[in-house]
Amino acid sequence: MKRAKLGPWLAIVFGMLYFVIPLIGTFEFSLRVRRGEYSFDAYRTVLTDPRFQSSFLYSTVLALATIVVGVLLVVPTAYWIQLRLPKLRPIVEFITLMPLVIPAIVLVFGYLRIYNSSSLLPLTGSEWSTNLLLTCSYVTLALPYMYRAVDTGLRAIDVRSLTEAAESLGAGWPTILFKVIFPNVRVAVLSGAFLTFAIVIGEFTMASLLDRPAFGPYLQLMGANRAYEPSALAIIAFVITWACMGLIQLLGRGPAAAAGKR
Amino acid sequence: MAQQQDIAVQPSLAARMKVDQLSWSWLGVMPFFIFALLFLIIPTGFLIVGGFQDADGHFTFANIANLFQPTILSAYWISIKVSAASAIGGAIIGFFLAYAGVIGDLPRWIRPTLMTFCGVASNFAGLPLAFAFLATLGRAGLVTAFLIKYFDFNIYSTGFNLLSFWGLALTYLYFQIPLMVLILTPALDGLKREWREASAILGASAWQYWRYIALPALWPAMLGTTLLLFANAFGAVATAYGLAGSSLNIVTILLYAQIRGDVLHDQNLGYALALGMILVTGISNAAYIWLRARGERGMR
Repeated sequence: MKRAKLGPWLAIVFGMLYFVIPLIGTFEFSLRVRRGEYSFDAYRTVLTDPRFQSSFLYSTVLALATIVVGVLLVVPTAYWIQLRLPKLRPIVEFITLMPLVIPAIVLVFGYLRIYNSSSLLPLTGSEWSTNLLLTCSYVTLALPYMYRAVDTGLRAIDVRSLTEAAESLGAGWPTILFKVIFPNVRVAVLSGAFLTFAIVIGEFTMASLLDRPAFGPYLQLMGANRAYEPSALAIIAFVITWACMGLIQLLGRGPAAAAGKR
Repeated sequence: MAQQQDIAVQPSLAARMKVDQLSWSWLGVMPFFIFALLFLIIPTGFLIVGGFQDADGHFTFANIANLFQPTILSAYWISIKVSAASAIGGAIIGFFLAYAGVIGDLPRWIRPTLMTFCGVASNFAGLPLAFAFLATLGRAGLVTAFLIKYFDFNIYSTGFNLLSFWGLALTYLYFQIPLMVLILTPALDGLKREWREASAILGASAWQYWRYIALPALWPAMLGTTLLLFANAFGAVATAYGLAGSSLNIVTILLYAQIRGDVLHDQNLGYALALGMILVTGISNAAYIWLRARGERGMR
């Protein structure tokens, strides 16, 4: 029995080392600004950098916009597919998986060609429309994760009964969608939202090629020009990712624990 | 008479109502399909068509032929090698980790911890990951310095370079392994305890159990995930760009440079480059679907 356990332990220890050592290395490196002693100078430099603040704010707002657009696009679609058009499910699922197949850089290349300032829909023509295009690009990137999360949430509830009950009480479609369906898939929507946030906040390729002042291009700029600040930024990014995933876990635990009690 | 009319009318009415309902139902998914057309299908289609056109819009194979020049070919080859190495490595290591977490009979807290960690690490990609590896395995990195100080062993004197094939593959593994663990865990959960017990009763060794029962049941999931990891690494830009700027000759970096500054001086060659990438990731995904279908047939 004891011997059988050695292999799994080895795998776990190896995995933990592989994941933890780069984090320790990065953290240690980020403290090395002063010669001979550790300090948080790199963090101070980064956090007080106005470009950090503005790019981080920009990416946060963009991430929130992405979440709103993504949720408004995905929840009604997944609901409708479940309720009325189950035959379309394979097609919709295929489309939601396409962003995993087509690399982001290819997609953004296509956008730049189709939505340039001399096209029918010149989205890259002005600042606000480029922001809109970037938001839609991020909705596309997050589509596989958002759809999966919401679809799982919808499968867990009895969509048909809820709809019929609401209808028989005289509810219209907006009421059903926003007051009945949304609250019931809240946890799923939120976990999709946090995942979206984690993906969008540091995204580089699309923001850089659409030339927007997002956090990703700022990271690249720092990486190319500074020695210790990039490590501090990597630690900050890691903390954000960790926070998003932790919140998802926390959310997932709530209803699971409730179901266990029943 | 009236009854007959009723019967005659009813089906057509029902049909009309059904058609009516169907078209209204369609309206509900229209936003989604319009979005998919605008931001997925048309842009991709545009590049695919553009790959077969010259600057004036005439049909040509010249762009595709131009892909076969040495620099582009080697970029594809390095991209494929790095993606394959990190996908296969990630799949193997990820399998053992997932196995340890699910079947390894370890303390209860291990599994949720592993899953949370994998959730974080699989999303910790791009520039921050590149910075982390530069700080760890770069020339002044912690591990590099540690090995020199305590073991008098300079990894850079062995020809290792973080900005090379192995460095890139090692860095990609950081998000590939956790992804494999996350996707494979449900599949490992699907292995029924009864199978193991039944095979043990029939006198099968652990090796025979894995060879004839567990692996045949798992391999579609394993192979499929490997192909997914391959596509994942193949399309990655930011990690490689953060590590080495535009000096690495891989396809995504080449395409990035082409879009930024038109280094190839040929728009349509850029389309062909993109088309090639879609082909590679498309083929790996199609192979996954085909293998999965085959695997499912084998399971019956």
